[in-house]
Amino acid sequence: MGFFIETLIGGLMAGMLYSLVALGFVLIFKASGVFNFAQGAMVLFAALAMARFSEWANIALGGDSLLLANVIAFFGAGVVMFLVAWVIERLVLRNLVNQEGATLLMATLGIAYVLEGLGQTFFGSQIYAIDVGMPKDPVIMFESLFEGGVMINKEDFIAALIAAVLVGVLTLFFQKTPIGRALRAVADDHQAAQSIGIPLNRTWVIVWCVAGVVALVAGIIWGSKLGVQFSLATVALRALPVVILGGLTSVPGAIVGGLIIGVGEKLSEVYLGPYVGGGIEIWFAYVLALVFLLFRPQGLFGEKIINRV
Amino acid sequence: MIYRENGQFKTTYAADQQIFTIAQDKWFVLGLIAFAFIGVPMLADEYMFRAILIPFLILSLAALGVNLLVGYCGQITLGAGAFMAIGAYAAYNFMIRIDGMPLIAALLLGGVATAGMGILFGIPSLRVRGLYLAVATLAAQFFCDWAFLRLGWFTNYSPSGSVSISNLSVFGWSIDSPIEKYLFCLIFIVAFAFFAKNLTRASIGRQWMAIRDMDVAAEVIGIRPMWAKLSAFAVSSFFVGVAGALWGFVHLGSWEPAAFSIDRSFQLLFMVIIGGLGSIMGSFFGAAFIVILPVVLNQILPALGALVGVEISTAGIAHAEFIIFGSLIVFFLIVEPHGLARLWAIAKEKLRLWPFPH
Repeated sequence: MGFFIETLIGGLMAGMLYSLVALGFVLIFKASGVFNFAQGAMVLFAALAMARFSEWANIALGGDSLLLANVIAFFGAGVVMFLVAWVIERLVLRNLVNQEGATLLMATLGIAYVLEGLGQTFFGSQIYAIDVGMPKDPVIMFESLFEGGVMINKEDFIAALIAAVLVGVLTLFFQKTPIGRALRAVADDHQAAQSIGIPLNRTWVIVWCVAGVVALVAGIIWGSKLGVQFSLATVALRALPVVILGGLTSVPGAIVGGLIIGVGEKLSEVYLGPYVGGGIEIWFAYVLALVFLLFRPQGLFGEKIINRV
Repeated sequence: MIYRENGQFKTTYAADQQIFTIAQDKWFVLGLIAFAFIGVPMLADEYMFRAILIPFLILSLAALGVNLLVGYCGQITLGAGAFMAIGAYAAYNFMIRIDGMPLIAALLLGGVATAGMGILFGIPSLRVRGLYLAVATLAAQFFCDWAFLRLGWFTNYSPSGSVSISNLSVFGWSIDSPIEKYLFCLIFIVAFAFFAKNLTRASIGRQWMAIRDMDVAAEVIGIRPMWAKLSAFAVSSFFVGVAGALWGFVHLGSWEPAAFSIDRSFQLLFMVIIGGLGSIMGSFFGAAFIVILPVVLNQILPALGALVGVEISTAGIAHAEFIIFGSLIVFFLIVEPHGLARLWAIAKEKLRLWPFPH
């Protein structure tokens, strides 16, 4: 029983990390109808910027304060992500208004290539570490309830907490602030939003910025877990089933989807994996999402798809 | 002046319904095929065959298959690489498990097996559409990556996980030099291209296009969406599967699952979109663009670096390739969202009026 709960909690935490990446997809899809395949590349780019900036800041400060170096690096990387968002809007999205979904999807794949190349040209292509001082030691909980207790990784726990806070902030941002309202209006109907005086281009820059910051947070957390390297870009592929399970247009969907996928993956790997040779995590997530899709084509929390002739 | 349909009168229904109604088109295509069969083998060297021509032919066959599904039936797929893998591994298993299996039969059976899997993974398309479907087809990709890596039966329990096939021969014609491989692929691609062209002109292709344009309306006028969508998945997978088998057998010789990774799926979708959705010719343009671009970049970049006196490292070149490839794709999508096939059509329109545009 203790082992089952341990797996379950591990799955929930992994799920929170997936939903962090998934959030980026949802934000951009909500506001511009673009399915952003470059999200993984943005995570990699942001993490690379963060890792190198903190390294350089640390040297410039003489290694006195890791915290200060990290704060500088965080803002530096934030500025970089803002620039990326601005350039993408200016050079790509503005020119592709009203194109079909598939074309936009391909464009973001192109952006992904560019970002991967640029990131590694500017910041180097070795494996870098991000050290934001997260505790790595595991803690044992519920020792009185089960024999041996339940082991939880503190780092995962903090990461999950950060993800939860981020989601809360984003939800507030979307529901309560004027900018959030403008974003929702644009998502609902481009033309109507424009006709009541919401500037489309600025809105897109804002939403790509927000997605960039989400990518930065995801990059920091994933980067400090796995090290900042090229394979970070493939994290996005792990998060895709989360998005379609939760619904492309729903922020809470990204969270719930992430939790379901995280738990499903871990449980299947532990209890089903040994029978078929292991390593089934990735495709199991996709198949899980697929089965959900067969019953709810718009995902768990997505807006109902209505077809008119 | 040269290219116009004036004076070409059709007196029978058969003549009216032929593939190329304009005689110049027919002669151009026939000339192109003749050049591919006779001219190219005389001109190209071994490097050209290995690095450019054979990959181009095989990938354009795969792109053709993807185009049938994405361009004609409107079902976006990101699992084409997986279907290539299924074709390759199925053909491999037919080849080694059945004694005296003829090569062509093995390749086609590989395609048939892929068509079956295509129908299976096409079932979600009955419920979901658009981008949701694209992500759903990724399931096929990851499942196949895993299955061919972990399940030993598919690779005949080879310890290294890679499989190889050698001594290709058809009716006593042994295919081992690059020219022979090229001709072998060319025969396939020409036959399949005509097959595809005819499919799209026939009732089944029209059903696909109706479904693509608006599936609810298509249903109202009596087209069965399930039949149309699943048949598109089956035919497309058949094409892609045969291409995959050729890729493994003829181009690579020995391969492992990484040869058909998700990058290949993206690449195929790029070809279709850059070439032009819903165009047979476009599949070839797209394949040519995607195959040749990296080769050209690889040659040009170091030379360009030397020109301005900068030594570019190998890693630097790889990254620069990424950047240029990505930006060119975005550039093409912005400048001509309908693909290279559209440029081709515009050129033909212009030629029709030339030299008297008014």
